[in-house]
Amino acid sequence: MYQYDQYDQAMVDARVEEFRDQARRRLDGSLTEDEFKPLRLMNGLYLQLHAYMLRVAIPYGTLNSAQMTALANIADKYDRGYGHFTTRQNLQYNWIKLEDAADILADLAKVEMHAIQTSGNCIRNISSDHFAGAAHDELVDPRPYAELLRQWSSFHPEFTYLPRKFKIAVVAAEKDRAAMRLHDIGIQIVEKDGEVGASFYVGGGMGRTPMIAPMIRDFVPLSQLITYAEACLRVYNRYGRRDNKYKARIKILVHELGKDEYTRQVEEEFAHMLEQGVEPPIDELERIKPFFADPAFEDGVKSVDRSDPDFALWVDRNTHRHKHDSYVSAVISLKPVGGIPGDATGDQMRLMAELAKQYSFDELRIMHTQNVVLPHVKIADLHALWTALDAAGLGAPNMDSIEDMIACPGLDYCALANARSIPLAQRISEKFDASGKTEKLGELKLKISGCINACGHHHAGHIGILGVDRKGIENYQLSLGGSEAEDTSLAKITGPGFTEDGVIEAVDKVTDVYLSQKEGEERFLDTYRRIGMTPFKEALYDKA
Amino acid sequence: MKVLTGNDLKTGDVIWWTGSGWSRHVDDAVDVGAQVDEILATEEAARRVNVPYVTEATREVDGSVRPAHIKDRVRALGPTVRPDLSLKPKDPEALDWII
Repeated sequence: MYQYDQYDQAMVDARVEEFRDQARRRLDGSLTEDEFKPLRLMNGLYLQLHAYMLRVAIPYGTLNSAQMTALANIADKYDRGYGHFTTRQNLQYNWIKLEDAADILADLAKVEMHAIQTSGNCIRNISSDHFAGAAHDELVDPRPYAELLRQWSSFHPEFTYLPRKFKIAVVAAEKDRAAMRLHDIGIQIVEKDGEVGASFYVGGGMGRTPMIAPMIRDFVPLSQLITYAEACLRVYNRYGRRDNKYKARIKILVHELGKDEYTRQVEEEFAHMLEQGVEPPIDELERIKPFFADPAFEDGVKSVDRSDPDFALWVDRNTHRHKHDSYVSAVISLKPVGGIPGDATGDQMRLMAELAKQYSFDELRIMHTQNVVLPHVKIADLHALWTALDAAGLGAPNMDSIEDMIACPGLDYCALANARSIPLAQRISEKFDASGKTEKLGELKLKISGCINACGHHHAGHIGILGVDRKGIENYQLSLGGSEAEDTSLAKITGPGFTEDGVIEAVDKVTDVYLSQKEGEERFLDTYRRIGMTPFKEALYDKA
Repeated sequence: MKVLTGNDLKTGDVIWWTGSGWSRHVDDAVDVGAQVDEILATEEAARRVNVPYVTEATREVDGSVRPAHIKDRVRALGPTVRPDLSLKPKDPEALDWII
């Protein structure tokens, strides 16, 4: 994986000392909160319901054992012994003291990590496929391109004060495992006539106005990747609305201008920029690529002993086909039955780090579904790995099942939330696990947000739940039919909302409809798309 | 009653105005009436509180204070999903109080 050069390290170290001085001046009264707030946000420090919250960037979700161990140690030393992995492949600490924040950033810098650009109206952490560099179905490893974009977007002076935050995802497989078309820019690395390049999708997003990004160009040569991205940003920076934060994302600009007019302007800017030669030399990409070279894979056994049914179930559910047939990518579920999705204790993080060192060439990935991946595990080592995970409460065999739900922190932690998300997730996983229905349902992606900002991706859930505030009482809207995969779609609301108990029953009812109507190997989403909303609405709302 | 709340500048802890200072316990909160601007001017200048605001609450017959909005009740006690981290980790009725 990428390692800092002297410029990266110097930039991050300098930023720590700059923030240390800013925090000191806030604490001694030299800075007001109005003056300090944008400075702390530029360093990922929010003020949430119970305390300051620090969001740490994990570039494209990739980290090594030393970094995971450092995250664990920070959780124990400065927080309350745990951290929360997010839907943007980052980590959040919920109980941070302002007086400790600079020391935490210094500890992060020692392992080449930071919290820069994890907040504010700038280009945020670049996200990617959590199986990148390991998946059997990818064209190339997308991470060198994500890293190039990270370097380009870090402290980019032109894009420090965009109209709104800006999120970019990069994938390199037909199967979209990064919700690419629900980002401000989604980049798919593709091949055309033997040449590798990039397709650009611009103007997607969730939040209060969900939109699927249209493709604005099917092929950009890699030698022009950054220039094209910069042209997309420039048009947005110039014309994106700044008068209304709810209409300031690029999706609104693309929608209001229309895809064709936005694309025309981007192409015009692109042509202009090509003359200026702003593209980094291709040598830089070539310098980055070796950091992502394959580890020294060895041939070994190709199958597992399935005599232990619990282990066999975990293998079936939680492993993903690797490009080397003696390896798999193993998913560590952070969704134990009744647990808090995405939370991991310091001890669990240290164990995952140790197991990565032992079994996965020192590498881990964070999934946008709030789980952790060991990308390169020998099939021969799977049983030992599973045994260690299971003993630590990390062996839940539930990837892509209804128990593997995404849930935002919700009203239990978040200052923006209107309703709690986590208790729903806990109760639904307990209910479905106890009834044994999870296995029958197969792939079913449930996503829960505690407010319209949609950090829990409810618009993209096969089943989505949105918490709202109805006169001071939590209420939950149910929606069906969303997908953030390559068949991207936005979920539709079923009808009037439900109480907390009611929405859990509602989820049960819609899964009953699915089980009674499914044909063959249809997933919930397939059945919904075939039969439409009506049978589900009838089950939910008919009083007879 | 109207109570004044915010977060401790240094620690981020949720705090409530007691009439003479700040407490982490909502039951210590007092009705701030018309004194809000005066209190805020002093307390913000003294760098004791961050992002203060006034919110509605009721004083119950037992003397306890219950904020009107669920968000403030969550702030007052802690996350409902981690009672061990709340201000009343051993109170089985704490969750009912919030909801």
